[in-house]
Amino acid sequence: MASWTVSDTKIPQGRLALVSYLSVGVVILLLVGFWKLQVVQSSHYSDLAERNQIRYIPIIAPRGAMLDRYGRVLVDSYPSFSILLLRDHPKQIAKCLPQIEEGLGVSKDDLLQQIEEAKNEPKFQPIVIKPVASDADIAFVESHREDLPVLELMMVQRRRYPYGEMLANTVGYVGEVSEKELERSDGKYRPGDIVGKAGLEREYNDVLEGTDGMRRMVVNSMGQPTGKPLEDIPAIPGKPIQLTIDYDLQAVADRDFEGKEGALVAMDPHTGEILAMVSRPTFNPNDFAVRIPAKEWQQLNTDPETPLLNRAIQAQLAPGSVFKIVMATAMLESKAIPANYTVYCPGSAEFYGRVFHCDHAHGEVDIHKAIVASCDVYFYNVGKQLGIDRISFYANALGLGHLTGIDLPSEEPGLIPSEAWVERVYHHKWYPGSTISVSIGQGAVMVTPIQLARMIGGVASGGRFVEPHLMKDDPNVKTTMFPISENTENVVTQGMWGVVNEPDGTTSELVKLKNIDFCGKTGTAQTMGFDLQHRLGKHVKENGWFVGYAPRENPEIVVAALVQGAGWGSFVAPIVRDVVKAYYYKKYPNLQVTEAENTKPAQPGHLVAAKVTHP
Amino acid sequence: MKEHVHDFDWVLLAIVGAICALGVAEIYSSTHASAMAGMQYRQLIWIGVGLVGMFLISRIDYHTLLDQALPVYIFGIVTLVVVLLVGHSRFGAKRWVSLGGGFNLQVSELMKLIIIIVLARYFSEVRTDRLTLADLAKATLLTLVPVGLILKQPDLGTAMVLVPVLVMGAVLAGIEWKHAAVGIILLGLLIPVAWHMRTHLKPYQQQRIETFLHPEEDQRGAGYQILQSQIAVGSGGFWGKGFGKGSQNQLGFVPVRYSDFILAALAEEQGFIGVCIVLLLYLGLILRLVDNAQKAKDKAGMYVVMGVTAILGFHVLVNASMVIGYMPVTGIPLPLMSYGGSSTAFVFLALGLVMNVRMGRFVN
Repeated sequence: MASWTVSDTKIPQGRLALVSYLSVGVVILLLVGFWKLQVVQSSHYSDLAERNQIRYIPIIAPRGAMLDRYGRVLVDSYPSFSILLLRDHPKQIAKCLPQIEEGLGVSKDDLLQQIEEAKNEPKFQPIVIKPVASDADIAFVESHREDLPVLELMMVQRRRYPYGEMLANTVGYVGEVSEKELERSDGKYRPGDIVGKAGLEREYNDVLEGTDGMRRMVVNSMGQPTGKPLEDIPAIPGKPIQLTIDYDLQAVADRDFEGKEGALVAMDPHTGEILAMVSRPTFNPNDFAVRIPAKEWQQLNTDPETPLLNRAIQAQLAPGSVFKIVMATAMLESKAIPANYTVYCPGSAEFYGRVFHCDHAHGEVDIHKAIVASCDVYFYNVGKQLGIDRISFYANALGLGHLTGIDLPSEEPGLIPSEAWVERVYHHKWYPGSTISVSIGQGAVMVTPIQLARMIGGVASGGRFVEPHLMKDDPNVKTTMFPISENTENVVTQGMWGVVNEPDGTTSELVKLKNIDFCGKTGTAQTMGFDLQHRLGKHVKENGWFVGYAPRENPEIVVAALVQGAGWGSFVAPIVRDVVKAYYYKKYPNLQVTEAENTKPAQPGHLVAAKVTHP
Repeated sequence: MKEHVHDFDWVLLAIVGAICALGVAEIYSSTHASAMAGMQYRQLIWIGVGLVGMFLISRIDYHTLLDQALPVYIFGIVTLVVVLLVGHSRFGAKRWVSLGGGFNLQVSELMKLIIIIVLARYFSEVRTDRLTLADLAKATLLTLVPVGLILKQPDLGTAMVLVPVLVMGAVLAGIEWKHAAVGIILLGLLIPVAWHMRTHLKPYQQQRIETFLHPEEDQRGAGYQILQSQIAVGSGGFWGKGFGKGSQNQLGFVPVRYSDFILAALAEEQGFIGVCIVLLLYLGLILRLVDNAQKAKDKAGMYVVMGVTAILGFHVLVNASMVIGYMPVTGIPLPLMSYGGSSTAFVFLALGLVMNVRMGRFVN
C-alpha cells in the first residue's frame, strides 16, 4: 500500500465541526431570505403573481350616435377589428415579420419603425399594426394562430360618418386621446382611447362616450388566455344625441356650397335651433376615425385654406352692408337722428378730408331706400352723427363682437371697435374717420356668420335674441332681451323685405319667392379678416354675404351665408333662398313656394333626396 | 456481502431518498400539464441508474482510486482539452444546443469527481498539521487548470463548483490565516478585474451580470427570470398554494421550473414550510456527510467525503440564493431535485465514494 494511505494522523475534529456550524449558519441565512420573501413580503409578491396571470382585456363601449332632428342617423359607430402585434418576444417577432408583411400587406419597414417607436412602452402593451382589418386579414390571423402567435385581433368600435364631408366641421372628429388629455383625465382614459377631438364630438364627449367594459382572463407566460374568462363587465354604450339639424336643409345647403369657400348657418330664431351649418373647404372625418397618417394630418393643419376651421363660428370677417341693419336700428332706437332723416347721395361723399364712395348715385335717400338699395353715403352720415361708441353699444346689444354661446368648442368672438378698444390695443385716440368705415361694416368690424344670423333673427323678432344651439331640447338655452320698438322693427324689416322684393333692392328681385315674405340683407366686404388675408398672403375677391329670413316679422327661419371671394352679396342670395324654400316646402307642402320669376330652377323634389354617398 | 449491505449509510440514503422524492413530485407538478409531461419517469430512471452507479463505486476501494489520482487527473485534463478543440471546430460555442454540448457537460461533471479524488490524495499527503504556502500553491494550480479549461467551454457554473473543493481541502489541511487572508484579498481583487474583463465575456454572461445588478431593467431577459422566481417564492406565502396550484409554476412564468428553478416552484406550491423541509433535509445531508468524514478511517477518506460535502453544499447554497435573487443566474442545479441526467448521476457517484469511505473504516 502506498505510503500516503498510512493514517497516522487525522484531520482535527474541530475543523470538521467548523464545517457543520458553517452549514447550519448558511441554512439559517437562506431560511431568513425565504422568510423575507414568503412571509414578510408575501402580499406584495402575491399581487405581482396575480397581475402576472390576470389580464384585463377592455371591451370597448360604442360611442353614441348623432341623429338629426327627425331621428335620422348622421354619425354612428360600428364594430370592427384591429390587428395587434404582441411584443413580449422580440425574437419571435423578427422571425414572423416576412410572413406578416406578405399576409397583411404591411411593409416590413413600417413594422420595424412602429416597433422602434414603441420601444419605450411596456413590453406587454401590444401595438396596432392594422387599425382596420379586412375580412381577409381576419382570416389570415385566425388561420395562422399557431405559427404567428405574435398577432392578435382586437374588437374596436369605429366611428362612421355616413355623409362624409357633410357637417364635418360641426360634428368634428374623434382621435386617440392626447398625452395632455390623459394627464387631465385622472386615470379615466388609457393610452389609445378614442375621444372627441373637435366639434360636437368634443363638446358632448361625456354624453357620447360610454363606459368601457372589462374581461378578466387567466393567461400563461406566453400571454395566451387559458380557460374561460373569469368575469365579464359589459360595456355601457354611449348615449345618442339628437341634434337640431334638419338633414334635408343641410343637404340643400351643402349642394349649393359645392366648390365654394365660406359658411352658412340656418337657424330658427324663436328657439335658437340650428337647422343647417356649412363650412367650406372641409375634410372627411372618416379619415380621422382610423389613424390619420402623419403627413395628411400635417397637410390638413397647415393648409392655407384651413379645412379644419369651422367658418360658421370661427371666421371673423367684415360684415359689409349687413352691418347697416345695426346702424339703422341704432339710429332709430337712439333717436339721435330723426326717423325721417334723408340724405342726398351723389355717389360719394367727403368726410374728414377723405372721399368715401357709394355704388351708385342714389339721389334723395331715406332710411327705407338706404336699406333697400344699400346706400353707403346715407349710413356714412348716420354713423358720423351717432359716433363710434353709440354704434358699438348697439352692435354689442344686438349680439355682435362676443360669443353667441353655441354649444361648440372654439367659437370666435369677432370684434366691434370702440374708443376704449382703440386706446387699449393701439394706445391712441379713436380717429373719427374710422367711424365712417365702420358705418358700412368695414374697418375693424369683424363678425362671424352665426352672429349675423342671430342678429338679423333677433332684430326681426323685436329684440329677442336666443342662444343658438345644436343639441335638441337643450333645457339651458338662454334668451337675451333687448327690446326694440315696434316702429323700428317695422322700418328695418320693411327695408329688408325691399332688398328682396322691391325693384331697386340689391338682389334685383332675383330671389323673390311666391307666397312667402322672404327678406334679407346683402353685404359685400371689401377685405377679409386681416389675419386670414395675411395667412393667405394674397388678395382675394370681395366676400359676399347674404342674411335672409322669412316671414318678415317674427321669422321662423333665418339663414346667414358667406361666400368668400363671391364678389357680391347678391350672388350669395340664391343659396339662402334655396334653403328657405326647402324649409317652407317641407313645413307647408300645400303652399306654392316657387320663385316669383323663373330665375333659377330648383325642384324641391330633389332637395330631400339630395345625393348622399355612403362610404 | 451481508456486512456490506449492513454498512451502507441508511440514514444518508433515507435523506437522499426523501430529497429525490420531493424532486420527482415537483417535476411532475411542474410539467404534467405541459408538452413535457412524463419527465418525472425519466428522472426516476436517472435516479435508478445513479443508485446502481453508487452501489458499484462503493464496491471499489477508494484507495485504489486515489492510487490512480495522477493518471485520472491527466485523463480528465486531456479530455477537457480534446472536447474544447473538437467542440469548437465542430459544434461552435452554444454548448447547450449541440449534441457535443451534452458530452461537454458530462466531462465537466466527471471533472468534479476527479478533482475530489485528486485533491483528497494531495491533501492527505501533507504530513504536518499546517499547510505550507508551497503546498497551497500546488493545490491551487491543480484546481485552476481544469477550472480554466471549463471556463473556456464556457461553463462558468461548473468551473466555479471546483473551487470549493480546494477551499474545503485547504481549510481542513490547516491553511494559515495570512494565506487565507491573501487568498480572500486576491479573490476580492479578482472581482474588479473580472469587471474590466467583462467585455471579453460571452454576451449571455455579460447579460447575466447586468441583470443581476439591475434586474428591473430587463423584464423579459435573465432579470425577468429572477423576478419571476422571486414572485413565485414570495407569492407562495407560509403554507404555499398547494400541489399543482402555483400559478407562477403552472402557467410557465417560472423559468426552467423543473430544473434550475425547481426550488422556486416548490416554494410557491409548498410555501415556507416546504422550503424549511427541503433545506433542513439538505442540512441533514451535509451534517451526515460531515459525520461520515469524522468517522473515516484515514485522512484520505476524510478529504474525499469533505470534497463531496463541499460540492453539494456549494450547489445548494448557490441555487437557493439564485432562486431568491441573492445571486445571479449561473445554471447550477439543485442536487438530486433538479431534473437532469448527468448532474443526478454525479451526485450518486459522489455518494458512492462516501459509502466506500464509510465501509472502509471497518476494513483493515
